Amino acid sequence: MDFTIDAEQEALKGAVRGLLARAYPSSETRREVVTTEPGFGEDTWGKLAEMGLLGLPFAEADGGTGAGPVEVSLVAEELGRVLAPEPFVEAVVLAGGLIASAADDQQRASLLEPLAAGESVPAVAWLEPGRRWETRAEGVTATWANEGWTLTGVKEPVLWGARADLLVVSAATDVGTGLFLVTPEATGLTRDGYTTHDGLRAARVEFRATPATPLGDVSRDQTALLDAAVDAARVAYAHEALGAMSTALDTTVGYLKTRKQFGVTLNTFQALTFRAADMYVSLELARSTITWATIVLDAAAEGQDVDVPTAVAQAALQVSRAGRHIGQDAIQLHGGIGMTAEYSVGHYTSRLTAIEHLIGDGAFHRARLAARVSDHEVIDPIG
Amino acid sequence: MRRQLSAEDAKFRDELREFFTTRIPEEIREAVRSRRELTKEQMVESQRILNAAGLAVPQWPVEWGGQDWTQLQRHIWHEEMALACVPPPLTFNTNMVGPVIATFGSQEQKERFLPATANLDIWWSQGFSEPDAGSDLASLRTTAVRDGDEYIVNGQKTWTTLGQHGDWIFTLVRTDPTAPKRQQGISFLLIDMTTPGLTVRPIELIDGGVEVNEVFFENVRVPAENLVGEENKGWTYAKFLLGNERTGIASVGATKRNLATAKQHAAELGLLDDPSYAGRIAELENQLLALELTALRVAGNSTDGKPDPASSILKLQGTVLQQAVTELAVDLAGPAALASGAGDTSELPEWARLATPVYLNYRKTSIYGGSNEVQRTIIAGTILGL
Repeated sequence: MDFTIDAEQEALKGAVRGLLARAYPSSETRREVVTTEPGFGEDTWGKLAEMGLLGLPFAEADGGTGAGPVEVSLVAEELGRVLAPEPFVEAVVLAGGLIASAADDQQRASLLEPLAAGESVPAVAWLEPGRRWETRAEGVTATWANEGWTLTGVKEPVLWGARADLLVVSAATDVGTGLFLVTPEATGLTRDGYTTHDGLRAARVEFRATPATPLGDVSRDQTALLDAAVDAARVAYAHEALGAMSTALDTTVGYLKTRKQFGVTLNTFQALTFRAADMYVSLELARSTITWATIVLDAAAEGQDVDVPTAVAQAALQVSRAGRHIGQDAIQLHGGIGMTAEYSVGHYTSRLTAIEHLIGDGAFHRARLAARVSDHEVIDPIG
Repeated sequence: MRRQLSAEDAKFRDELREFFTTRIPEEIREAVRSRRELTKEQMVESQRILNAAGLAVPQWPVEWGGQDWTQLQRHIWHEEMALACVPPPLTFNTNMVGPVIATFGSQEQKERFLPATANLDIWWSQGFSEPDAGSDLASLRTTAVRDGDEYIVNGQKTWTTLGQHGDWIFTLVRTDPTAPKRQQGISFLLIDMTTPGLTVRPIELIDGGVEVNEVFFENVRVPAENLVGEENKGWTYAKFLLGNERTGIASVGATKRNLATAKQHAAELGLLDDPSYAGRIAELENQLLALELTALRVAGNSTDGKPDPASSILKLQGTVLQQAVTELAVDLAGPAALASGAGDTSELPEWARLATPVYLNYRKTSIYGGSNEVQRTIIAGTILGL
């Protein structure tokens, strides 16, 4: 069992941190970026591409660098530390991951190369109104007629759905769930974009007999491919949450040391320092399970027989518990200033809340784990 | 990053598992599994079997019976022992006084005490806390006054766990009441519990058990050669003792085993089909996983033998989960949890009858070994710099 990263990974982490420190020197910079369309920094996106980060998990033949889940997690954590709004997880890990696993050979390189180069920002439309985090598609139906596929129905929220230049859409087919590509100029496509509470962008996307191209082989049920890509994205989001929680705690600790009331700094009050200590415990416990989920994902990528969905649910449940605890107490320990848009810490709480609703909340993942509680006597992470 | 144990560590684990499950008498392991109180004889027998195989004091220096293991291997040793329901070696001997003597004791003290301590030929008791010195240990008032080749000890210690079995007691005593800082006037003294003037009085606890005691010292004469290290340096040795042992501090293995047993009872009662119980067990398993992974992560950190401040997390969350699992057992027992006084004629299963006494007894875990509030103070101060 080894939780440490090697020198090359350490260097990658340092480089990403450096790039993001220049892009987001203050929370004010981030606020300016997210209040201007498209809601992330196109320049920063280009720099991430130059550094090779947008092709990180893809094969070299597809324009990527062939790195694994550990490298992806390091990037995500750094993005989370500064709440960088760039759609790394959405475009690279989720959409890119889905394309990499589902596409046929001809599609793959033609879609992934522009993504890795920062020229294309694909988005996955899988969440549906009235439903929770089920991957089986219901709200959009795919129909084969006149030598072509068309999609009909609504997806919402679709992260970056209005900005994306390519939509990967899950849709109900006769055999289950199929994956389809839709381009922005397709007929019958309506995209209503809006800002999410954490400053990012999502959209309602409606398809009315909209022409679509199959991604890979839609004659089979592709739900498992979507499940796997969503799980990989969940682990990356978990690392983003870890970075965000870490900054939220650091910011809170810094505030307790400097803010004065009753003529003394707040760290004089044990009621406050004990709460900070409990936040630290939550953070470190979460760090262990989240890192472990990455290790499991990495083992799976190397062909080992491991249970990825369980490890992902375990990490996601921990993210929910720790994210709420740290997010809520970070605001409380700041007092009124933590409520203001001008100050950073409340944005961290908002982002942590958003991440939980992207990956599935605590109740959702706890139910997933509860359904398997009879499968084992004890949980043995190193078995 | 790597998930699996190395081939070497996997083999190490398999060998220990084999040893623990075949060499320690089933009767002893069954008593642990059922959460019954062990007799002194059972604890001694178990520790001697471990010691004969070099498994009682792996954390000690190699020349005194220790093993040249990695932190991870120590972790595996501790967890496998717990999972196999093997009673851990007596902590007062192996984690507390043994390492202090091995590090700060004289050659004579090492030769006299260490082999007997490892083999549980001497049963050690701990004499630190006093009625007015709990979390604020440095306020202790038991005095030791030098008189020729002896110290004369007067005062009272309390919360001495299993003191009724004790042969010797290691104590913190005040040797210099005039020291400018109260931590500076304390010494670490070893006392034979058969010495005239020393009395042990049991304290009954809320579970009906009598595992802790008060120890009174009335003009107890102790040979000066029983002083460990230097006079008035006892606080340093005590800090070493309290911070020295992080292996097993989280009690993950024992809690896992107890949770597995509770889950088994839940299944028998049909309560695993109840989403609230299934969810609660899943949540506990997930918290325990996070704790175990954290223990493994800390075990992998090199701190040059110094205590890792992260061990405060392990103590804090470890006791929270130990207590939560005993609470689960009480809830699973339902009305049967009332029947703690029932004998063998009872219709109710033994585990259910024991559930409440165990639950009440385990309230101690967040108090002893540095209360959880002391751990929060350490985290806030040492780690967060607050």
